[in-house]
Amino acid sequence: MMKPRPPTGRRLMDKIVSGWAVISALLGIGALIWILSGVIARGVGALNFSFFTQLPTPPGLAGGGMANAILGTLAMTVAATLISVPIGLLSGIYLAEFGQESRVADNSRFSANVLMGMPSIIVGVFAYTLVVLPLGHFSGYAGALALAILMIPVVTRTTEDMLRLVPNTLRESALALGAPRWKVTLKVVFRAARAGLLTGILLAVARVSGETAPLLFTALNSPYWFKSLSGPTPNLTVAIFNYAMSPYDDWQQMAWGASLVITMGVLAFTLLARFVLRQRT
Amino acid sequence: MGVGDSDPAPTLRDQKNFGLRTMAKSTPATSQGDYYFKWLTAAAALITPLIMAGIFLELVGHSLPSIKEFGFGFLISQNWNPVTEQFGAASSIFGTVMSTLIAMVIAVPLSIAIALFLVELAQPGVSKVVGAMIELLAAIPSIIYGMWGMFVFGPFMARHVQPLLQDTLGFLPLFQGPPMGLGMLTAGIILAFMILPFICAITRDVFLLVPNVVKESAHGMGATTWEVTYKVTIPYGLVGIIGALFLGLGRALGETMAVTFVIGNAHNISASLFAPGNSIASTLANEFTEATDLLYVSSLIELGLVLFIMTYLIQVLAQFMLRRMYKSWSVGL
Amino acid sequence: MKKVTWMAVAVVGLMVLAGSAPAANVTLNGAGASFPYPLYSQWAHKYNSLTGLKLNYQSIGSGGGIAQIKAKTVDFGASDAPLKPKALDEAGLVQFPMVMGGVVPVVNVAGVAPGQLKLSGAVLADIFLGKIAKWDDPALKALNPKVKLPSQAITVVHRTEGSGTTFIFTSYLAGISPAWKEQVGAGKSVKWPAPNSIGGKGNEGVAGQVKVVSGAVGYVEYAYALQNKMTYVSLKNQAGKFVQPKIETFQAAAANADWKNAPGYYLMLNNQPGEASWPIVGATYILMHKDQADAAKAQAMLKFFDWCYKHGSEMAEKLHYVPMPKNVVKMVEATWAKEVKAGGKPVKY
Repeated sequence: MMKPRPPTGRRLMDKIVSGWAVISALLGIGALIWILSGVIARGVGALNFSFFTQLPTPPGLAGGGMANAILGTLAMTVAATLISVPIGLLSGIYLAEFGQESRVADNSRFSANVLMGMPSIIVGVFAYTLVVLPLGHFSGYAGALALAILMIPVVTRTTEDMLRLVPNTLRESALALGAPRWKVTLKVVFRAARAGLLTGILLAVARVSGETAPLLFTALNSPYWFKSLSGPTPNLTVAIFNYAMSPYDDWQQMAWGASLVITMGVLAFTLLARFVLRQRT
Repeated sequence: MGVGDSDPAPTLRDQKNFGLRTMAKSTPATSQGDYYFKWLTAAAALITPLIMAGIFLELVGHSLPSIKEFGFGFLISQNWNPVTEQFGAASSIFGTVMSTLIAMVIAVPLSIAIALFLVELAQPGVSKVVGAMIELLAAIPSIIYGMWGMFVFGPFMARHVQPLLQDTLGFLPLFQGPPMGLGMLTAGIILAFMILPFICAITRDVFLLVPNVVKESAHGMGATTWEVTYKVTIPYGLVGIIGALFLGLGRALGETMAVTFVIGNAHNISASLFAPGNSIASTLANEFTEATDLLYVSSLIELGLVLFIMTYLIQVLAQFMLRRMYKSWSVGL
Repeated sequence: MKKVTWMAVAVVGLMVLAGSAPAANVTLNGAGASFPYPLYSQWAHKYNSLTGLKLNYQSIGSGGGIAQIKAKTVDFGASDAPLKPKALDEAGLVQFPMVMGGVVPVVNVAGVAPGQLKLSGAVLADIFLGKIAKWDDPALKALNPKVKLPSQAITVVHRTEGSGTTFIFTSYLAGISPAWKEQVGAGKSVKWPAPNSIGGKGNEGVAGQVKVVSGAVGYVEYAYALQNKMTYVSLKNQAGKFVQPKIETFQAAAANADWKNAPGYYLMLNNQPGEASWPIVGATYILMHKDQADAAKAQAMLKFFDWCYKHGSEMAEKLHYVPMPKNVVKMVEATWAKEVKAGGKPVKY
């Protein structure tokens, strides 16, 4: 028996909404293409050998590059990862393995979710009051701390989700063999969830490598090579901010080059994370 | 507490949770290692709430000079004069709220429509690709949005969109004033692009979580796709969708770099969307390193406190809504 | 495989963190005025190639420079808004002028060439007050009968942060226009009355905004107008002549400066007499602590500033900055010997 066909008015409405949905999807894709093509078109011209190997020159002098900023961003991201990954993994373990009913776990989970939505500039202000003010100077450490605070909830959340996915039978059989709980978690469960955990870390790194606000008043910026993170540290994002706001054409060109580098880096990490996840699950 | 105390029927997730819960309680600490392990991980887990509390305390502590000086008047005063040391948050708060409002007005219908497209209308292959592309919008760093906004989108607005709006709707005070390209409207539109993928992703999850049985029975009664969505799916998942909206709202409130580049940076409240203004985040980004004295820094940090409280409340509401939704309807993992 | 990755990460991390040993070379950190930034950055670059000394100068505005040196988060601060002697004493700072320059209004109006548009101080004040709102206003037409001015709204561009350039510019306007003095006043940061105004960060930001917004008018230190090929205006000076901004007119204004009778070197150089004088000129200052904690750093700083005075004139003049005259340099170095001490003793450089 045939379904009764809806009257014309309702069919028309359906078609209009469907059309609107398709247009919206096209708008979304269009925006993505517009932005990416804009960055690529303007940035590609700036990427030459000196961009990746030289220090910036003062405005009015030709040449120069952003090699120090690239290294600085890498260094601070690595430092932030070293701080946040152990904390995030351990928190995630607690929430997944021990934290089914505890108030501590509920509190922690809730805070992690809220912290993920916190404006990164507030985290920057926090790192400023905590590290820059007492020490009396800007530093890459303060910047790395701010980035780490942004990464911890991401790593925690994904660790918890991925560990929960591991079937209990795995845990039970390992425990039945007499292994202590901590060994079971670290050796058995971790190995099973390896891909997911790596995904979480990659996503966290992707998130912070494009961040500017937390570094604005912690790491500041610098036109030289840096020997350590204990002073103002050059980085790509704040450099982009400074160069973009400047009127100098060659600096703006470099800002576009740096934007391209960062965008490609973040996208690469994001796609890599998804790829890793898909490989294993 | 047993399984099924709050849900209509035990789900697969509940069964797994039960297993883990039982294990957590009944597995004795077989070695000292286990004891320390549990405490180590618990300590790590406590770091996050500690950070939240720390942020709040530091913000309050450093805002005290400004709070003592201005009291509640800080929130409604439009004065921002570092020379005479008169500070007021009104223009920053207005800009934050206004740009977010514009962003929501644009992003919400678009996001829901795109989610509809991805779930109900597109072929699975197309849905996957388009879905991935929309998610890439979220991966683009905000400073890139700022760069693109200032150098590409702003001039586009100034040359094409704003004059058009002024010619057609210029009688409204919303669209008066010179079309500079930078200003509240441009900031709002760019924010919309930024929050769209977040709202879309969660809305899509909501649409997917509504049981097929429910949707199919509605189809069986002769409803069109749109009617099923409008009358069945959305009401069913309303809590989740509202949670998604709050999440997007929270993101838009705190967005810094994109807004700083295109909002025009003026401590100004204007009826026109073409006028420049500022937001709390852009004020902090612009003026923090230049703040000359204690009261100035303190006022800026008090602005940060206001933003913190706003986003905290929004996040709490969002979490509350999303939790309720996922708890009730998650079928398996 | 994962083990190797983790090890690699750890090694890089350790390399990064291990470099906390104090650097063999001294690195100087300075922050402040964007007014002299084009010059300071070139001086630092040249000096670095000669001696290896690194000078990290952040152009954050005079207000920021004053705050940072007071908070001791930098080794020296830079400001074009000088501190009065009492403030200097309270903060334990010494200040001295490094170089002088001109502040020029710049515009972005179709059909107007650099130096073509003539403005008087009163008209400029009215534009920034918002009283003159369009480019084809009769007051502007009267001064520029031969220029085709469009019927376009004027967008005022100003500084968002505490700025010495703003201080010099608003002091000029306050001196020239009683209405400006009463309504707005002079300062590093003021409440800009014009309804259509946008802010830029640093001289860089103002220049950038004026370049991008059609119909805009802003004020920048001349090097910014020069380096970015912007459209500057011609101003009427105290003698009633319309002058172009360039090193000759800045020098003419600076020639009148009476540094001997300026305690703490506090001196305003706006609206100086002379037919060839540019009306908006100012000096930019360096701020240092009288009591230097690190003798090596103090020595490096004074050595650098001394080099700038003695060998930096050519670079300065290329960018149309006016170097300090020799007798002022002598005065400044006497001030160093008297006021700047490391461990109780004057610093040898």
